[in-house]
Amino acid sequence: MSFVPGQPLTAVVQRIQIQKLRQGENLILGFSIGGGIDQDPGQNPFSDDKTDKGIYVTRITPGGPADAAGLRMGDKLMQVNGWDMTMVTHDQARKRLTKKNEDVVRLLVTRKSLEEAVKQSMGSFPRQ
Amino acid sequence: MRSVFSLLDRKASKIDSLRSKVDLLRLPLALSTKSISSRKSQLGVVWEKGGGSGAGGARKHRPPPASDMDNESTYSGYSYKSSHSRSSRKHRDRRDRHRSKSRDSTIRGDKSVTIQAPGEPLLDAESTRGDDRDDNWGETTTVVTGTSVDSVSNEDLTRMSKDLEDSSPLECRRYLSPALAAVLGLFALITPLAFLALPQLLWRDELAPCGTPCEGLYISLAFKLLILFISTWTLFLRPPRATLPRFFIFRSLLLALVFLFVASYWLFYGVRVLEPRETDYRGIVGYAASLVDALLFIQYLALVLLEVRHLQPAFCLKVVRTTDGHSRFYNVGHLSIQRAAVWVLDQYYSDFPVYNPALLNLPKSILSKKMSAFKVYNLGEENSTNNSTGQSRTMIAAAARRRDNSHTEYYYEEAEVERRVRKRKARLVVAVEEAFTHIKRHQDEEATASSPKHPREVMDPREAAQAIFAPMARAMQKYLRATRQQSYHSMESIINHLQFCITHNMTPQAFLERYLSPGPTLQYLDTSRGRQWTLVSEEPVTSALHQGQVFSLRRLDFSLVVTVTPLPFLRLGEEFIDPKRHKFVMKLQSETSV
Repeated sequence: MSFVPGQPLTAVVQRIQIQKLRQGENLILGFSIGGGIDQDPGQNPFSDDKTDKGIYVTRITPGGPADAAGLRMGDKLMQVNGWDMTMVTHDQARKRLTKKNEDVVRLLVTRKSLEEAVKQSMGSFPRQ
Repeated sequence: MRSVFSLLDRKASKIDSLRSKVDLLRLPLALSTKSISSRKSQLGVVWEKGGGSGAGGARKHRPPPASDMDNESTYSGYSYKSSHSRSSRKHRDRRDRHRSKSRDSTIRGDKSVTIQAPGEPLLDAESTRGDDRDDNWGETTTVVTGTSVDSVSNEDLTRMSKDLEDSSPLECRRYLSPALAAVLGLFALITPLAFLALPQLLWRDELAPCGTPCEGLYISLAFKLLILFISTWTLFLRPPRATLPRFFIFRSLLLALVFLFVASYWLFYGVRVLEPRETDYRGIVGYAASLVDALLFIQYLALVLLEVRHLQPAFCLKVVRTTDGHSRFYNVGHLSIQRAAVWVLDQYYSDFPVYNPALLNLPKSILSKKMSAFKVYNLGEENSTNNSTGQSRTMIAAAARRRDNSHTEYYYEEAEVERRVRKRKARLVVAVEEAFTHIKRHQDEEATASSPKHPREVMDPREAAQAIFAPMARAMQKYLRATRQQSYHSMESIINHLQFCITHNMTPQAFLERYLSPGPTLQYLDTSRGRQWTLVSEEPVTSALHQGQVFSLRRLDFSLVVTVTPLPFLRLGEEFIDPKRHKFVMKLQSETSV
């Protein structure tokens, strides 16, 4: 998932839709995020490229809505409800995910296993 | 004929002469001319016995007359063989400046440093003799040991040599070379005045009158002479604190320069002025003024060479004491080995904690247990030559195979000793604090306020010290014994120190600091006597310091080993930082749960 600054980024993404769960007053999604352009990218354990300042999923509460929806630990969020997540600060990302008037969030996430799966599938079918 | 005979006999009686020399060395010789010559007379019999095979051979090793010892210098193998010292030896009378007649400085009690080539024993002061000696003497000497049957044991030896060292003969010899230097300096200072005065005295009528310019020159001459005199007195006419084995090259150079200078001026004066009775007085005054200028410049040169050159640090000396491993690092400038040695010794007396021989070794009980566990029996071996080596080898091998527990014993013993010392220290501190509460300073204005029914006895510090010494004496003694310091502090010295502390209003901790940590050697030193050290070096001691040199300064029971390393060359670069460029960001990896 390395990028060249200034060039468009291509990635294989998975569409995940999470229904927020109401717990008392809050709407929770059931995962934790880390990263952001104002954070230190070197401490990110999930990224390949240690200069990647994107938003990563660092923890998933088991049995929560995110777990049920298929989100995995180490995923990188590319978009949340259409909003870009690759070049945002940590606080902006949090705000996008925790809007009180939205019940559902549609995420585009990418992970390395997706790329490999696509490569495998492309390799097994000869080009026509 | 006789010399040939003596040569042959020398070869034949070499062994006998060796034996005689060994006998000579068995007695405690060193360090004092008188005792050496007296002992030599005792050994007159031994000499004759040793050279028995030929009259010539024995005659060669006659005991030298006592006066010989007083003038000549310490023999060292290096100095005799080098041409440098041989030629300089002839000129030594003129070339001394601030040193005494150097070499026999071993015999004095001052802080003298003598050179020794390696391989020679410490006590070779008795080998000072004239030039007709046997050159190979140094290679055949033996070290005194305490194991031969009819010799003096080692403890007696050290005790006797310490006694010899304590007697300080001939203190005036230290001041001989400053006296010489003073004479030469005075002569140099009087010379311009003589230049001025002699024409006036001898042919006053013929002199051309010289008005204002001469008077100006007189004034400048007077002030320059005054300055010269004051600065010479300040800088150079000090009693030296150390006597060096070889002469101080720069000083002797400068002395020679001054002498040459003044002599050539006198020569010129004598030939050009006194002979033809020169009438131009102004020229003579100018000549005298130029001499004073030149002397001032020589003094500048002396200042730079003697005082300034060694101030900029260039080398780092590591000084290690051989007995307990205390080490220090010092930075010095460009010095010769002997001057560096004197400097190191100056620092040694105030930096190194005092050498306490009682604190040194592992207790014998730990170390000797290894060897004593095995007994080796000889089962009928005939040859006894390799007996001892075989025995020791088997014992070492057996000891190596055994499980070695001595380190645990050492550990527990150390812990035990430390605990004991701490306990005694606690008792001592409490006792001293309590003792100090018994007295307080008597204020004069309280006299009227105190009731007349209980007159308090007013004591002077000595009595007060004695009064409060009693309750803490036992605790103090036990503590000193635990730390093995009891030989350094007598009861008298403790009371003196207590009196001193009371007089200066010190707290108990201030009183105790002297006993709780071993202080520098200077604290325990009796400064009335000098200290003798021996400089042992592989290179001539007037050579300059350079990298990798090692020399050592030896005393009777320990020595200091000095290693020289040059200070690194520093390349200093520059980097300018704009103060506005100091900006910071937070380095976080925060995790938010959504």
